[in-house]
This record gives sequence, structure tokens and C-alpha cells, in this order.
Amino acid sequence: MSAIHGAGTAHGAGSKPIWAVVDSWTMTRRELARWARQPVQVVVGLVFPVMMLLMFGYLIGGGQGVAGDFRAYLVPGMLTMTMAFGLEATMLAVTQDLGKGVIDRFRSMPMNSGAVLVGRSIADMLQSAVGLTVMIAVGYAIGWRTHEGFASFLGAVGLLLLLRFAMLWVGIHLAMVAGRPELVQAVQILVWPVGFLSNAIASPASMPAWLGAIVEWNPMSATATAVRDLFDNPGAGGDSWAATHAELLAVAWPLALIAVFAPLAVKRFRDLSR
Amino acid sequence: MADHDPAIVVEGLRKRYGDKQALDGLDLTVRAGTVQGILGPNGAGKTTAVRIMSTLLRPEEGRVEVAGIDVRTRADEVRSRIGLLGQNAAVDEELGGRQNLEMFGRLHHLGARRARTRADELLARFGLADTGDKAVGRYSGGMRRRLDLAASLISRPQVLFLDEPTTGLDPRGRAEVWNAVRSLVGGGTTVLLTTQYLEEADQLADRIAVINHGRVVAEGTPDELKSETGGDRIDVVLRDAGRLAHAASLLPGDVVVDEDRRMVGATITDRMAALTETVRVLEAAGIEAEDIVMRRPTLDEVFMHLTKEDAV
Ligand SMILES: Nc1ncnc2c1ncn2[C@@H]1O[C@H](COP(=O)(O)OP(=O)(O)O)[C@@H](O)[C@H]1O
Ligand SMILES: [Mg+2]
Repeated sequence: MSAIHGAGTAHGAGSKPIWAVVDSWTMTRRELARWARQPVQVVVGLVFPVMMLLMFGYLIGGGQGVAGDFRAYLVPGMLTMTMAFGLEATMLAVTQDLGKGVIDRFRSMPMNSGAVLVGRSIADMLQSAVGLTVMIAVGYAIGWRTHEGFASFLGAVGLLLLLRFAMLWVGIHLAMVAGRPELVQAVQILVWPVGFLSNAIASPASMPAWLGAIVEWNPMSATATAVRDLFDNPGAGGDSWAATHAELLAVAWPLALIAVFAPLAVKRFRDLSR
Repeated sequence: MADHDPAIVVEGLRKRYGDKQALDGLDLTVRAGTVQGILGPNGAGKTTAVRIMSTLLRPEEGRVEVAGIDVRTRADEVRSRIGLLGQNAAVDEELGGRQNLEMFGRLHHLGARRARTRADELLARFGLADTGDKAVGRYSGGMRRRLDLAASLISRPQVLFLDEPTTGLDPRGRAEVWNAVRSLVGGGTTVLLTTQYLEEADQLADRIAVINHGRVVAEGTPDELKSETGGDRIDVVLRDAGRLAHAASLLPGDVVVDEDRRMVGATITDRMAALTETVRVLEAAGIEAEDIVMRRPTLDEVFMHLTKEDAV
């Protein structure tokens, strides 16, 4: 080949492991740069869950069937809900990318093929970590306290981020299946009943038995219960298997979701060339 | 790769979507350093062909080599030698022009410093230096297309694919993109350009493949295509529009009447014989001609002819 062409590119290098790291970082930086350009959107994203927390904590007197301080019950629930609803942000971002054709440019370049998804994961997890920090700070400001040691605290944060990571893959997969902004809206609406069918805000004890059973098996409930336990906040109670094995389920549920949805999402991504 | 080797070879390409056969045995050879036009109506299979050649899509059947490399088995090597301007804008609208180009440069593994200088180079070259920091979402259509084109040139590709580069642009934006494409030719880049606009293919392409229903229905230089189909034409403008029908009945061959321009046109074979014969019959009938023109068919006429036949 002639000297003037392709001079800048390391041919076929996209598959070398080093490029997996470098390209993933470039893709992560892309998201960071987008946030820097959209500060209002970022702030709105952070404020929304805070508003929800304050609304449920102060305006809508809640805590049906909750024994003990409702706000101490509510904060871990809202932390869980914030992580679970990260699903929407992931879906929206992936849908936008797919619709805009920029993914096609990435796919036509000699970059590492996994970097698009890895970059998305890192960026979304960073954003959620920031969101979690803000929520914890606000929780602290309204009088919520943890009573266990730092290790338990980290364990709780770990479980919350694990749930978020699972939702990330569910989100990528759903976005690739649905592919259209209208369907993202449908999901944005549907997350609410799923969110409320957990023990995040109310206790299953206050619900009809059949509903309570569904609620206790909701992955969000498992995480919320486990996190409350690790923070030593009042829990939802209950003596069903799901309620008494919440720690186990808070790990098993996200891992199961990841095991199912991560390969599906990767396959979907590969199948863009079908 | 020697210069006489083809830059693109496509053989027996087939691709279907459900029961829609998008490509139905497409064959194409593009010489290195030339501009190949792919001309076809909406739905002809242009985008599908470009997506396969640029490694985005896998064909069911057929062989594609770009820069001498098999697209299926060595996609990564092909990717480092091509540039793609897709039918839809493929840049991040929320980022600035410079940020976009730098990001694509890094992903082409230029390294941070060279990605930055390359971005500046391209912004300057495409007249975007002043607006490099503005979010691309606020660019005009022509500017966005030029940025998109700049992005596809980051790695100085050997082969550049342009899928309907000017569709949706106003005349000014179109002229901007045409100029940019012209400036590439001569640099040795091979360009494959799809279009629905005959004028565009005529202006930019060395050779044109007309495709319809997923296969090539005609191929050649613009001149060859014009003389291959239909032959020459004669156009007669009359003084009196009322005599159009009479004049049309006197002319041989495939006759068309254009009332607005007071014109009758016909296909001809022998230019001199046709001219003297036309003048003679019109004079005999007492029909006054204002102007008589003999010309090659336009690509429009060729295109209509080719795609009409094929549609039946
Ligand atoms: N993703 C797709 N799913 C189903 N049909 C498709 C898809 N892409 C293209 N087609 C169909 O394949 C044919 C060729 O499309 P395309 O290559 O986009 O044509 P062109 O670019 O020439 O307009 C069209 O009939 C189109 O409707
Ligand atoms: Mg098209």
C-alpha cells in the first residue's frame, strides 16, 4: 500500500488486549465529556431521586406497617430504587446511540469491539456512584444514620451497585431489543409499578398476603432488606424464605440477571451485523 | 497494493431481510484511485451494499474484497483502511466538532497527541475551525455533513464509502460536499459514492453502476451509459405551440412532447440524416422551428429508461 494512506492506523490492532483498555477509556471519556456539556441534565438526574426521597419522607406520610422510624426505613429503600431505576438512563443512552448512527461509525473503525459496551458500563456506574453519594448525603442531612461499622457500610454500597450493574445489562438488552424511543417511554412508565411492588417504600406486612409474597420476591426488596440490615436500619420484617434470606437473594438476583442479560446484550450487539 | 489492482471487488453478493431480497447477486469492480458512482432509486440496495463493504453487515452469499482484503474474515484490517460516511449522520451531536474528531482519532489508535493535531487539520480543511467547539447538534446540515466527512477521513483511508452524501442538503450544502469530495480525488483515495441524483454521479464519478432491485443493470463511464441507452436525441422548439401535435406525428422514433417549452423531441440514430430530414418535413408541413438541438441523452433519461425496463 502507498505511504500516504492508512499511515496513522495500527492495522488490525483492535483485537489486542491493550486496545480493549484504551478504547474503553476513550468511550468512558466520551460520556464524561457529554455530561460536561449537559450540566443541567446531569443535575436534574441527581435531583429527581432526592425529590422522591423528600416527598415520601415528608409530604406523603407513608410507612404503612413499618415498625420504627419511617425515614430510617425509607432511605435505604430509595437508595435501592435509585439504583434500579438507573435502568432508564442506560436504555435511553443506548437507544439514542443506536438511533443516531454513531454506533455504526464505531463499528466501522478498527477499535476494540467490546469497548462500546464497556465504556457505557463504566460511565453509567460512575454516574450511579455519584447519584448514590448524593442520596446518602441527603439521607444523612434528614437524620438517617447507619449503626454498623464501615465494612457493613461498604457491603451495603456494594450490593446497591451490584443491583445497578445488573440493571445496566437489562437496560442495554432491552434498548437493543426495543430500539425505539417510544418503547423506552413505555419502560419508563412500567418501572414505577415494579418499583412500588417492592418493600422500598411500604412494608409487605401492610399488603394482602398474595401481594406481599410477590413483593418479597422482587429483587429490589431483597437488596433493600439486605441493605437495611447492613445499615442496621428498621427492616420490613416477614418470616418467609425470601424475607429471611434477603442477603443471599440480594447477591443471587443481580448475578442471575447479569448471567442472563449480559450475554444476550453482547449477542444483540454482535448481531447488529446480521 | 499495486495501483492497477482493484480497490473493491464484489462478487455475487446476496442479502435478504425477511422475504425482501435487498441484494440479488451484485457484482462490482472498482479500480484504485477512481470515483465509482452507485446510482439507484430508493430501495435499490445501495445502503445494504455499502454496509456490507464497510464491514457493518454480513452478506448471506458472495465475496467482498476491499483493498485486497476479505471483508468477512479480516474485518479489522479492512476497518483500518476505510472511511465511511453513512446515510445518517454518524457523529455525537452532544459533543463539539473537535471533540468528535479527537475521539474518533483515538479510536483509530493515533494516540492522544496525533488525534488532536489531526482533528485541527481536518477542521481547518473543512472550514470548521471556528465552530469546532460548538455542539454538533447546533451545526447546519451542511456543516454536520462536512464534519461527518472529516470523521471518515481521520485515518487517511485508502477506500472511502459515501452513502448518499448530499441527500437532504440544500444546494449550498451540496456544493460544499461536492467540493470536498473533488479535493480527495487526486490524492489517490478510491471513492465509492451512492446517490439518487444523476447529476451528482455525472459530476463526481469516473464510472457509474446503475443498480435496481439489488443488482447492477448497467455499468460504464457517464458517456458510455449515455450513448449505450437510447442513442442521441433531437429537440425542436416550435414558434407556435398549436402545431406541437402535428410536428410530433412527423418525427420518427420515440417522440416526447413538452408543451411548456413548445418542444418536441425524438430519438435518432444518424445525426446528419435526422437533422436534414427533420428540417425537410417541418418545412413541407409549414411548421416554423425556433430552435433545433441535437444532443446526447441526459443521465436522467438513461436512468428512467433502465429502471423502467427493470421494474416491469
Ligand atoms: N433493516 C432492514 N430490515 C428490513 N428491510 C430492509 C432493511 N434495510 C433495508 N431493507 C430493505 O431492503 C431494500 C434495500 O434497501 P437499501 O439498501 O436501504 O436501499 P437504498 O439504500 O438503495 O435505498 C429495501 O427494499 C429496504 O426496504
Ligand atoms: Mg440508502
